[in-house]
Parts: sequence; C-alpha cells; structure tokens
Amino acid sequence: MRRELRFLLNDAPRRLTQVDPTMTVLDYLRQVEGLVGTKEGCNEGDCGACTVVLARPRDGGLAYEAVNACIQFVGTLDGCQLITVEHLAENGTLHPVQQAMVDCHGSQCGFCTPGFVMSLFAMTRHLAAAPDDATVNDVLAGNLCRCTGYAPIAQAAKQAYERAPRDDRFAAQEAATLEALAALQDDKTLAVADESGTRQFFAPATVEVLAELYEEHPEATLVAGSTDVGLWVTKDLFRPQTVIALGRVAGLAEIEEAGDTLEIGAGVTYSDAMAQIAAHYPDMGEVMRRLGSVQIRNAGTIGGNIANGSPIGDSPPLLIAAGATLHLRKGTECRSLPLEDFFIDYGRQDRAAGEFVAGMTLPLPQPGQVFRAYKISKRFDQDISALLGAFRLTIENGRIAEARLAYGGLAATPKRAPAAEAALTGAAWDESTLERAMTALERDFSPISDWRASADYRMTVAKNLLRRCFLETTAPDSATRLVGPGAIRAPGYAHA
Amino acid sequence: MPMPEPAIKGGVQQPLRHDSGHKHVSGAAAYIDDLPEPQGLLHVALGLSTVAHGRIRKLDLAPVRAAEGVVLVLTASDVPGVNDISPTHRHDEPILAEETVAYVGQPIFAVAARTRDQARRAARLAEIDYDALPAVLSFVEARAGGEMVTEPMTLARGDAAAALKTAPRRLQGRMAVGGQEHFYLESQIAMALPGEDDEVRVLSSTQHPTEIQTMVAGALGAPANAVTVEVRRMGGAFGGKETQGNLFAVVAALVAKKSGRAAKIRPDRDDDFAVTGKRHDFEIDYDVGFDGEGRILALDMTYAARCGWSADLSGPVTDRTLFHADNCYYFPDVRLTSQPLKTNTCSHTAFRGFGGPQGMIGGERVIEEIAFALGKDPLEVRKLNLYGPGGRDITPYHQQVEDNIAPEIIERLEADSGYHGRRAALRDFNKTSPVIKRGIALTPVKFGISFTLTAYNQAGALVHIYRDGSIHLNHGGTEMGQGLYTKVAQVVAEAFQVDIDRVRITATSTGKVPNTSATAASSGSDINGMAALNACNTIKARLVDFVMENWGVPEDQIEFLPGCLRVGNQKIAFAEVVNAAYLARVSLSSTGFYKTPKIHWDREAGRGRPFYYFSYGAAVSEVAVDTLTGEYRVERVDILHDVGESLNPAIDLGQIEGGFVQGMGWLTTEELWWDEAGRLRTHAPSTYKIPACGDRPPVFNVELLKDSPNREETIFRSKAVGEPPLMLAISVLHALSDAIAAVGDYRLCPRLDAPATPERVLMTVERLRKEVMASAEAAS
Repeated sequence: MRRELRFLLNDAPRRLTQVDPTMTVLDYLRQVEGLVGTKEGCNEGDCGACTVVLARPRDGGLAYEAVNACIQFVGTLDGCQLITVEHLAENGTLHPVQQAMVDCHGSQCGFCTPGFVMSLFAMTRHLAAAPDDATVNDVLAGNLCRCTGYAPIAQAAKQAYERAPRDDRFAAQEAATLEALAALQDDKTLAVADESGTRQFFAPATVEVLAELYEEHPEATLVAGSTDVGLWVTKDLFRPQTVIALGRVAGLAEIEEAGDTLEIGAGVTYSDAMAQIAAHYPDMGEVMRRLGSVQIRNAGTIGGNIANGSPIGDSPPLLIAAGATLHLRKGTECRSLPLEDFFIDYGRQDRAAGEFVAGMTLPLPQPGQVFRAYKISKRFDQDISALLGAFRLTIENGRIAEARLAYGGLAATPKRAPAAEAALTGAAWDESTLERAMTALERDFSPISDWRASADYRMTVAKNLLRRCFLETTAPDSATRLVGPGAIRAPGYAHA
Repeated sequence: MPMPEPAIKGGVQQPLRHDSGHKHVSGAAAYIDDLPEPQGLLHVALGLSTVAHGRIRKLDLAPVRAAEGVVLVLTASDVPGVNDISPTHRHDEPILAEETVAYVGQPIFAVAARTRDQARRAARLAEIDYDALPAVLSFVEARAGGEMVTEPMTLARGDAAAALKTAPRRLQGRMAVGGQEHFYLESQIAMALPGEDDEVRVLSSTQHPTEIQTMVAGALGAPANAVTVEVRRMGGAFGGKETQGNLFAVVAALVAKKSGRAAKIRPDRDDDFAVTGKRHDFEIDYDVGFDGEGRILALDMTYAARCGWSADLSGPVTDRTLFHADNCYYFPDVRLTSQPLKTNTCSHTAFRGFGGPQGMIGGERVIEEIAFALGKDPLEVRKLNLYGPGGRDITPYHQQVEDNIAPEIIERLEADSGYHGRRAALRDFNKTSPVIKRGIALTPVKFGISFTLTAYNQAGALVHIYRDGSIHLNHGGTEMGQGLYTKVAQVVAEAFQVDIDRVRITATSTGKVPNTSATAASSGSDINGMAALNACNTIKARLVDFVMENWGVPEDQIEFLPGCLRVGNQKIAFAEVVNAAYLARVSLSSTGFYKTPKIHWDREAGRGRPFYYFSYGAAVSEVAVDTLTGEYRVERVDILHDVGESLNPAIDLGQIEGGFVQGMGWLTTEELWWDEAGRLRTHAPSTYKIPACGDRPPVFNVELLKDSPNREETIFRSKAVGEPPLMLAISVLHALSDAIAAVGDYRLCPRLDAPATPERVLMTVERLRKEVMASAEAAS
C-alpha cells in the first residue's frame, strides 16, 4: 500500500497524504491550489466550463485527454499530469490555441472560454489531421457557450489546429514529464484518507486486490470515471465512507479482439472502445459518438454504464441486442450471464454485495446479421436518450431467422421486446410483418411520461425506429438519417 | 460625423477584439467567485420551499443551526429593513418567505457557514411542514382563477370587432410558446463586505447595480449612500441578471452586516434554475380578418403569460409583447390585450427581447395561417402586409414608423439567399423523400429601441485624464460579454483621438456613476456611449479653451488629430497638452449625461412614441425534418441585419450570431418542464438542452446591412444590437413548419407550437397525417 497520492499539477509534483475521497478536482484547483481559471458552470459534467486536460503515459508517449474537473475525484489523478488553463501561456505569450480564440472573437462573456481552450488544446495534441466541421462539433460537444453561437469558436478550432505546432513546449517537455510521472508511480495499491482518517480512498493496482478490498468493504462506492457518482456527490451531497477507484487496476482497461468476440474490460472508457466497436458495429459507434461528450467519454466506462443499472444508459440496449455476456467477480469467484439478465428491476441488478463488473464479451457480427441502433434525444449531442432502440436481425432468404430487439428508456430497465421479436422471428421481412412487430411493441412496453418525452412519443418512436430499420434494410437508398454515417447531407450551397 | 482616418488604434467602426479576450482565454479574467476571499468569509446557502403553494406550519431550524460549520441562520424576521425586493415596488416579493410560500424553490431561510459545502449541507436539514394551499400551475388553472400579477394593457386602433365582422375571410387559433432559462454560464453570485457604520460594499453579478443598491439599502434600512455596488464583468446575463440578482445580493449583505464578516452566496446550478425567473411562456389567441389576397384587415389578439408568483418585470415584459405583435406589419383595425397571469412558479423575468419575441411570434403565426388559408407562400403574405406609405405606417400604439427599411432588407435577402429557387428545389426533394422533409422560411424583424419606462432612458459616465495622458473611463453600463466596455472605450478613443490602449476600462460602480439604468433593452451602447462622449466633449471643450489661451490660436485652428492636437501650425502630443492643462489648473475630469430624446408614452391611453427608433433584420432558415422521429437539423441560415453604422462590426456580428442561436434554442430544444407538483424537472444542463456546437447551422451567412446609418442621432449613427437578432430565429420555427406541411401536401397549417422539440414536431406530423386521412375519407 502507498499512502500518498501523487500527480503533477502542471509542472509541479504534488504528494498528498490527506485526501477527501470525494473532493472534486475542480474544488481542489479552486479552493486548495487557488487556480481559479477553471470555472464551475453546472457541477454535473454537462457544460464543460471546468474542462482540464489529463496527460498520461501511453504507448511510450503522453496521451492528453480533456475531462470535466467538476465530477472527477482528486484521488483519480494518481499518476497523471493535470494541466490547467493557467499553464498554457508561456512568459505572457498566449498558446496558439488561446491566440486563435482571441483572434476569431471566440469569447464574449468569457466564462466558458477556459473550458473551450482546454478542449481545443487536447484536440491539437492528438488529432492527426486538420479537423473538419464534424470533428470540431464532436470535440466541442461537451462545451456549452451561451453567447457566441459557436461559429467563431469553430473557426478558432480550425485555426488552432493550423497554428499549434506539434513541437511546442509540451512536446519538448514530453520526455521530462514522462520521467517525472514515472518517478511518482509504482505498482502499489494507493490508500489515502481524509483528515479524520475515516473516509478512505483506494486505487488498487491489481484486480486481485480490487476483489479483496471490495469483499472487505462491500459498502464501498466503486468509481471508474465517476461521471455518474460525481453527480451523487455534487448534487445529492453523497458522502461515502469508502471509495474504490478502478483506474489503476492493471488489465481492467483492456479491450481485445479474440476470434468472433471483443473482450471488453470493465475499466475501458468509451473513448478507448469507440473506434474498435465502430469498426464492427458502425451504428454502435455512432451512438457512442453521441453519448456524453469527449470529456465524459474520456472518463466514463462501458462497465460503469452497465453497473449503475440506469434505465436510460445507452450501452446496455446496444450490447443486449448484440448478444453480449457480462462477467462478474466476487473475491475469487467469477460468473457470467447474458447482459439482459443482469437488470432485474429499477435500481436492482443481479449483483451480490462485494461483487463487481469485471468485463463483458461482445460477439462480433456474423454474415446475414443486420445491426441497427438509434438514439433519440432532444438534442443530438450530449443528451440523455428519451429512448434508444437497438436491433439485431438475422435475415436468411428474406426471412428473419432471429430477432433481438432491445430498448432503453421504455421501461424500468434496459429491456428486450419479446412480443415484437416473436412477431418477427420466422416471418418474411415485409410490410405486414413490420406492422405486426410494431403493434406487438405495445405488449412489450408501457413507457412513462417525463421531461424527456411523453409515453405517447416514446411508443410512437419505438415503433417508427423499427420502420426506419426496415427501410434501411429493404430500401437502402432511402434517406432516413439526419446525423452520423449515412446521413443525408445538407445541400452544398456556395457561400451566398 | 465623418468617418475618421484609421490612424488611431481602436476608434469607432473598427472590428476590435473584446477588451478582455486575452484574459478570457488564459483564465485571468476574474469573476466574483474568482476573487481572493477575505479572511473569515462566510458562505451562504438558501433553504427552499418544496411545495408550490402552502402555509408554513412548522419551521424548525435547530438542526440547521447545529450543523457543522454553521455561523448564522436568517429568516424573514431577521431583515432589519423591508423584507421585499420587488423591482416595481409592489411589495409582492419577500426576500425570505413569511407565512406562506408561493412556488417550489422560494427561499425560506439563509444559512451561513464556514465553507460552501457546510452551508449547502446545513440548508437541507431544516424541518419544514406546510399546510397545502391550491396551486395554480397551468394556463387553464390560471385563466380560471383570473388572478393577475400586474395591470394588463390593451393597445387598440380603429374598431377591430367591427372590422372582423365585415372581413371577407376570418380565422381564429391559439398558439403556445414556451419560456426559456437564461443559462448564463456564471450562475448568480454576490459577495458583500461589511464596512463602517451602516456601510456595505457589494460585488454582484448584476446588470443593474443601482437596483442592487436600492434593494440592499431597503433591506438593511440604510440610506442608498451606505451601499456601494460594483461589477466588473458577468459570465453572461441575457436579462437574467436584471432583477434576479437582487435576492442574492441582499442575502449576502444581510449576512455580512449581521455577522460583521464578508459573505458570499453562489447557488448551485440546480438552485439557480429553481429559484430564479425565466422567459415567460405564453398562450396567444388570435382572431384575424383578411381579404382574398392575404391583406390583414382586422386583428384581435390576447397574449396570456404565465408570470409566476410575483410581478417582477412582468408588466413591462407583457407590454413589450404587445408592442411587437405587429412586427413589420400594418394592422388597420387592431386590438391587442395582455393577460399577465399569476401562477405558483418562479417569477418570470427579463430575457433578451423582453416579451418582444413572444409578441412577434404570435404575429408571424397569424401571417402563416393566412398563407395556408389562401394557398400562398407565407413570404408573399408577409410582403403584402409590410408597413409602407399611404397611411400604412402607424403602429397599434400610434407611433409612426419613420425608418422602415424592412422591405429593402427582405428584398435583398430574398435575392441573395436564392430563396425562391431553393424553395422550389426542396419541394421537389420532398416529393421523392418519404421520410426526410425539408422546409424553408424567411421572417423579418423590427424591434423597438428604448426602455418603455421613459425614466430609464438616461445614462451617466465619468472620464478622467491623468497627467500622463492616460484615460480612466467609467459609465453606468455593465459588461456581460456583449462588448459594451469595448464599444464605449472606442467612443472615448475616437473622441480624444488616442489609441484605445490609453483608455482604462474600469468596473461599473454606483460610487462613481449614480442612478444608473439597467444594462438592458439593447440600450447599453446607445445611452452609455453618448454619456461618455458627452463627458469627453466637456473635457475637450476645456482643453480647447486652454489651448486658445495658452498658445494664442483661434478655435478653428485647434483640432484633435491622432495622438496629438493641431495647434495652429504645430502638432502637440496629447499627453503634453494634458499636462500643460493640469499645470494651468484645468479640470481634467468630467461626468457626462445623456437622455434619449423624442420619446414619450402614455400607457393608459395606449399612445405615444415609446421607441426612439427601430432595428431591422431578416433571416432565411432551411431545415430537414425526420418524419419518423421528429428529429431535425437546421441546415442553412442566411441573415441580413441592420445595426446602422456599426460601432464595432466584429462585436455586432457576434451579437447577431449568438442571438440567433439563442433564439433557435428557445424555439427548438429548450423545454421547461414542470411536473404536477410544480417542480421544474428540467433543472440543469443535463435535462435542459441549450444549443451545442453541432446545432449551429453548417452554412451560416451573416451580413451587416451596409450604408444604412441610423436616421436618428445615435452614437455615431449606430443601432442597438443586443436583442433584435434573437428574433431572427423565428425563421427556424417557420422552416420546421414548412417541412412538416409537406406531410399534408401544404394544404393544412401545421400550427407548430414552441419549443419545437422532436416530440412536438413528430406529434404535429402525426396530427397532420390524421387530418389528411380524415379529409380524404370525408371526400370519398
């Protein structure tokens, strides 16, 4: 055990022995370090005003990732370089990203600006090619601006990329930073506590220690990206005695293609999984592109999205439709189950005390299978789904040999649609089958009305998504999408 | 005034960057929460009502007092002065609730603790029981009760009732328009520092420092001169900090004076949403008579607003609604009535456009209805009804429209955007696209500039020149991101012909410029720019007198040139003249004052000239709608907007683009959703969706109308720009409606309400489909 949290704050090493396990990085920066350039806009990871960049050793270099400081716990910084907006300018000269924002009139009230700057800074560190509009929109989806309407910021994003030399100060210092980080790191389990000594934070280094710790502290709160738990703390003032973070567990963040499956560790973030998943399941990739924001996807994990049991998490219906298997572990005992069986009822999952999600197996698509997934929300980017439909149809000679339909947002858990599946299975994939299946959905679900959508809308769209899938699989030339792969393009008008 | 040689850096009409741009990007621009905290600072949190309407039966604050870190708990009885912060002095808005609460989120007590976390935790420990009282939440309930928060207004000209009866065509309808949360990125905040005797210094994120001063003085029972209010910048406001900062500033001041320690209050975003007011939602009833071509003959409209639990600014807001029902159109016989209804929700307030957008959107719905009734392009009907010569230039409030440039703007935009060709092309597209439908619409904007409360149309400024020639600028306007400080500094640089970096912009303070108006109604640069110019002119006149005397040259041989003065045949550096003037004991400091001319308004009679002038613009929006899900995208927007002779084209462009996108949010994804218990469930950005970067139109052409100086003598002939562009987004709603209409083969008016969330779009599509089927069945 190591009883000292170690990270770099910009260039300066920090070694903390007293750590409140749920102190957020934002509060730490503003209240402890007096670094007030990073702002609090919403305290729930939705506005991006608090965006900071974490640099971590990866593949021999440093990976720079934007995250929301407001919902990340300071204990999870172990082994990272935390870069804040104050660190970008050098000797009074603005960083090219900052200068581009100034030159393009990218700030008005200025409150969101540090967050935008940090998102763009992270972008310039890792993007291999100049960003197009779609990339800029994705990079900035987690940064809200209420003043500018974004056009000047998007322009600045492109300029920033052009201007920011890949061999700037950060690149020049990379070796030194890596060395400094290496000097702070070890493969010991981190265990720190607040000043009272009673509220503890653990960051185990191996899955074995994780299993032991969690058996010992079954009341502990497990966090990976804390993109959900963070809000329990900032909004509900949740104050757990024990927090166990998964970020340092060796091997937990691995994703591996093995024959006909993808093996996804519980600690794999959306960002790390997205490209590989999208390569096999373009629609799954598209939903993940729209899930949260860059900041959320850099922190949040698919495992966490499953483990928290939310009825509106986007990953579960995707994975259920694709036939994924969930792996759980408690102590040394491991078991596996079909993902849909994990969700018992609202707030209830098939998980024993001290048992944790270790990973999942995602079968890769087979010939004859069609996979479609559609996320429906008020806003395309960074919005929680009103509903989500994911469908895997195995079509043989025009007939549906197998149908797996999973929906989120229609019931107390992510759930399959057995009646609609039955209507489809064995039938010809035609208009009358479609209509039967659409009607059958009424037997599968009785959605509720809330602020995201009415029951009526949810049911109507649940049916219509099946129609969209039908159109796309039977009349592939029809325009059915406004965003993502296969979206219709805005007419290419010349500048008026 | 002739265009100056661009010899100085940062004179008027130059596209200068925001004065704080370099500080915004480096995190060095300080907002109130970023300032070093005074020793012993207390953090304050509010205890809020959990019921929509009730009598407080039990209020047990002992657990709050006993909580860790708590220093002080305040209730209504601890207010030494008046427990009221009603901005219109109606005494209907207690700072802290007394016997009853009137909405979910109403502050009942305040708790001050050593840390913000402790204060937030303690605030949740109160034990409060209520006797429930009937809560009025919906329009139906509010109409049934009929209680209003303030006096309604009627504007009338001619005899609408009679003209409706004789009109060849007539139709009626109702439109629902949602409200809007400001979502300023910096939440409400105030920090109060106790002074000697009854003095207190308040740093407040406010658009209206004088109002904060008044409210704090009232609550403390102190004279106004005991209270100094300062604000350097806000992290956005949009009207949400015109009156809504009062509560927080007053609470901070009460804690500071009672405890003798500095006090800061910054609500969490969820509390900010719950406590503060928003843009009013409306139900608009219309009854219009028109001729076979689509010319409006008579119109009767009622604008009912859910105002919330207190009046706040609902009177002037709903007045401005009526002032903008006409938008750019002439109504021959007209009657417009407001209904400021009382409801048990937060008290709705100023928001960019101040009721005007809701007025305008009702008028535009009427136009659309007529177009569908006659099978015409709505644009044709719009053009047919524009204000024009021949007696068609009188508004429903009897002001003559003297500066009408809407017809030229529409004509130019129609041509430049290729409106007609595109409209035809997308109708063709729709014929062959069963799921995705496209739509297009052009809507104009005419917005009246001036506060309708005539007294507010005044401003003050204070300008000092120091011996080294550097200039200290202060005025009553506040900076919320709109670039006001930059624009006024440009005016001062222009006046003295010095580079703008000679001009130091300083925080707005009631101690420097008193009795200021809210920075609102788009008036900031108009009135503060003029006040600053007048201050400069006073000093310039003194300098000229001094130069004449000192160098013995006649007045006509003295000129302010870039960086210097021409004195006869020689040029003398500005700083040298200034220092010489000092040595000769010339005052180098002056106040400046301005009041807007020509305006007057008689509310009782519904007559007058409430507006000094009008700002104009027009937008064409094109959208694509998915008729299976109601999802949509705004694909292209073209805007032509009038800012007169722009003081700063870069800043004005930013106001137009930003205003448009904010308006688009209001009409599309931004939905305020209260549950049956009166709780606002869209309570933070996780549930309340303002436009994100990807929502901006991929093609976004914005142009300032060229060679169009303000006909009135405004500051360098510029026009106000803060609010009008928001209403350009009405074109988005109409483009969505046009796309939806394709489902009914353009025969039925979709009557699309706002906000047009994907759900509302789909449900409108479904309704149209059913109506089409019903009429097909009826026909067969």
